[in-house]
Amino acid sequence: MSLISLAIMAFIVWKLLNWAVFSAVFTTSGGPEACQAAAGACWSVIAARWRIIFFGLYPYEEQWRSALACVAVVVMTVLSCIPAFWTGRRIALVWGVGTTVFYVLMKGGVLGLPFVGEEAWGGLALTLFIFVTTCLIGFPLAICLALLRRSELPWISRTTGLIIDGVRSLPLISILFTFAIVLPFALPQWLQGDKLYRVILGSALFFSAYQAEIVRGGMQGVAKGQEEAAMALGMRYWQRIGRILLPQAMRNALPATINQFVISFKETSLVVIVGFFEILASGNAAYGTGEWRFAYVEVYAFIAFIYFVFVFSLSRYGAFLERRMSVSER
Amino acid sequence: MSSLLRNQKVRNALLQLLYVGSIAALVLAGVVIARRNLAEQGITSGFDFLFKSTGWDVNFTLLPATANDPYWWFFLIGITNTLFLGTVGLMLATTVGTIVGLARTSTNELAQLLGRTYVDIFRNIPLILQVFFWYALITHLPTPRAAHEAWGFLLTSRGLYIPFPNVGGVAMALALLALVAAIALPLWLGSTSRLSQAIGQRRTIQFAAVAAALACTAIILVIGRLPDAPFIDFPALQGLNLRGGLRIPPEFSALAIAIAIYGGSYIAEIVRGGFQSVGKGQMEAALSLGLSPWRVFTLVRLPLALRAMLPILANQYVWLMKATTMGIAVGFTDFFMIVALTINHSGQTLEVIGILMAGFLAINLSLAALFNRLNKAIALKGNQLRG
Repeated sequence: MSLISLAIMAFIVWKLLNWAVFSAVFTTSGGPEACQAAAGACWSVIAARWRIIFFGLYPYEEQWRSALACVAVVVMTVLSCIPAFWTGRRIALVWGVGTTVFYVLMKGGVLGLPFVGEEAWGGLALTLFIFVTTCLIGFPLAICLALLRRSELPWISRTTGLIIDGVRSLPLISILFTFAIVLPFALPQWLQGDKLYRVILGSALFFSAYQAEIVRGGMQGVAKGQEEAAMALGMRYWQRIGRILLPQAMRNALPATINQFVISFKETSLVVIVGFFEILASGNAAYGTGEWRFAYVEVYAFIAFIYFVFVFSLSRYGAFLERRMSVSER
Repeated sequence: MSSLLRNQKVRNALLQLLYVGSIAALVLAGVVIARRNLAEQGITSGFDFLFKSTGWDVNFTLLPATANDPYWWFFLIGITNTLFLGTVGLMLATTVGTIVGLARTSTNELAQLLGRTYVDIFRNIPLILQVFFWYALITHLPTPRAAHEAWGFLLTSRGLYIPFPNVGGVAMALALLALVAAIALPLWLGSTSRLSQAIGQRRTIQFAAVAAALACTAIILVIGRLPDAPFIDFPALQGLNLRGGLRIPPEFSALAIAIAIYGGSYIAEIVRGGFQSVGKGQMEAALSLGLSPWRVFTLVRLPLALRAMLPILANQYVWLMKATTMGIAVGFTDFFMIVALTINHSGQTLEVIGILMAGFLAINLSLAALFNRLNKAIALKGNQLRG
């Protein structure tokens, strides 16, 4: 068994290393021709085309803004992973400020920054923007839906349940497609807005339907006595929810919540289907030109690596939290 | 009036009415506006369009299709394609997941590491990226003239060509049915209580059943073969194109591979969790009763793990079924792609979205019902304390 595993592993590692390092081309000096002659990976396609992968169609001189905006999102995510920020107000502040900084940097038009419309956004920044706004809209919506579903009034909880289950049974692509292409028919002109924001709304709805069930699960894990005690103390509904029920429910639901964030980060890649120039589409464009047509493996490997870094660190963090919580419960 | 508002019951009723009413009003307003907008474009609402012919071609279908077929037939094609891709993808993903999951629970540390690396890598890369990758890889394979060849299989940029028996469609379906029976019969015979023999002594009956079912398969195939053609059709180069055999289009294989690898990494974790939930004492007890390690695995570990896994596995299967909609990224004509095409061509937006929702609801609900039945059938009977 050991021998077989060792053989498989050695074979894969050797093949990969040979392809990615030993016989690969790293410099752009030779151009595409030097790459095609070599047996290994052609990393010079990344060196030559990294700007389009990261920034898409964003104006060349302004691309530092796009990069800075991405950094802002990363800082915001890291901050919200620190337990010191885990109160409703602080986390809302961090996300509010982070998103504003991102939006101002990207769109410009104020503070002497030239204006760049949403249609020119692309690459990593667009992916991050869709992810962040999805969470920002979806999370409060999820809490609302969870509360409505737990409502004691049967018609309210049933209708909400119907909405949640309906959204959950559909594939995300069909929801994105409906919001991007079909919804304009059903909305009056003044309500239609940009396609980007409609898609974000659709993905936020999808996120919140799943997250609502997670929050509801967390609420069911809170002992019934807690709410009864709060009632006995004469607390009103919002006090009970905001101070007793939700904080404990969120704590129960934390691992599943992180998991949901991880999944929805991966699922931002689906907007490529309704025609956005996010990182996957810009990757397709990066190798789509004639001279680099052969270098698709390298481009996909590079994009996969970017996703991997984000998703893997988030999921490791989730695993760390789970361990931490199981220690505190012992 | 104000005293009426202070009444809790009246307030609750009003609140509910307001909530349900406003949602209904929103939906209704949307439908009304959409109807008006569509009518302005000269599109009449209703389901009459289902019987008009489409005028498209599809690149992959299990059912016969021509451009003259009506829309409803194409919806049927889409659903069978989705179900077929889903079934193939699920079977492959389950196989991959079981192997990797077992590697992760094995006592061998290298196998554990191998399994872990696999799961970590493929779980953290979006499925659609993997679909794009495999599709690019397959369409960049050599042309038919320079195809990679092995054991009659041909790998080309136009698809994978495999040898295939020259058998008519009906006979093929019957043969498949007989093959399924060959797998299912012995399992049923081994566990049913309708036979008088003890469960351990049914070997002969089981063997007889398998042999009979396999013989049926062979006979159907021989009878159903097409006249004046060799029994097995090998793909071969003729002129500029490949003839014969069965062609698996690149769209299908890219999706099936991506679902198998990505889904496999999730199923591996479910399998691992299932096996880890089996108490160590159960296995030790079985070993101390003198059962061989293989029997401990098949009689104790596997059934117990399966019970723990099934509900989560059902969720994963439903998710993977929905993931077939990524076909639209590479142009595989699944149910969703047919829906999108129909909206573009006929403009019957509302009706088609309704069909989409109904279709996925039906698929999800029937999968869930199937798994609920399965779960009930294998659940431990009676009450017991689990710990």
